[in-house]
Amino acid sequence: MVHWTDEERQAISSTWAEINVEEVGHQALARVLVVYPWTQRYFSTFGNLSNATAIAGNPKVRAHGKRVLDALGDAITHLDNVSATYAKLSQLHSEKLHVDPENFRLLGETLIISLAAQFGAAFTPDIQAAWQKLMAVVTAALSKQYY
Amino acid sequence: MTLSAHDKELVAKTWTKIAPKAAQIGGEALGRLIAVFPQTKTYFSHFADHSASSPQIKAHGAKVLGAIGQAVSGIDNVSASLSKLSELHAYNLRVDPVNFKLLAHTLLVTLSAYLGAEFTPEVHLAWDKFLALVATVLSEKYR
Repeated sequence: MVHWTDEERQAISSTWAEINVEEVGHQALARVLVVYPWTQRYFSTFGNLSNATAIAGNPKVRAHGKRVLDALGDAITHLDNVSATYAKLSQLHSEKLHVDPENFRLLGETLIISLAAQFGAAFTPDIQAAWQKLMAVVTAALSKQYY
Repeated sequence: MTLSAHDKELVAKTWTKIAPKAAQIGGEALGRLIAVFPQTKTYFSHFADHSASSPQIKAHGAKVLGAIGQAVSGIDNVSASLSKLSELHAYNLRVDPVNFKLLAHTLLVTLSAYLGAEFTPEVHLAWDKFLALVATVLSEKYR
């Protein structure tokens, strides 16, 4: 069971309330595909990912980014039980999608950087710390069903 | 993973933009490191105040970013530009190299916060590679 302080819960929910899920999801995923291009290995059906402009304009990337962030919303709604909330998703990533869990960490890092780009100074060190903790919890939950 | 000419160009361009605020950015990056990765405080036990908002931490962050600026100026040979610091880290400071990654991350977060939309994925990529190179150079004499 993860222990969350009131401040951490507040930091996470107040940031979450201000983001456009589709936009941030798109940016975070596009960023991962550009900064860590080997992650494109999982998206061979996405069409043109040949450069940053193509990636930014790719509708499949946008749709998938939204999907990922919607799932993050689930975790945020169930902060006290992320592991159980993500059990099926973890199984999916392991058994069907065969995604190296290192990629969860990479996406977590780029999401944080995307949030910093949006919020600027308002994304304070304390708020960042709460989100880093959330990313670590989400990564652990998604990695849990791997064997 | 070597720096392309385009990467070097993007790093240099960014540096020109942020150079006037380098001290602030460095201070903030180190402050974020302490706040987000509290285990890094162990390297600053000699500071009277080693909290994230400490003036000593901010001053030290400014120093660190100054050194990174030197690496930017000498980007064609970072190994030569940072040779003295490489020795310092290997023989005196002996900061575990895992922390270079952590600071690279908080520096990227800080750059992102300052530059907003200008911190495009391509700029982010160039800096990620550059900071990884800096980390490699700093740890190259460890053993």
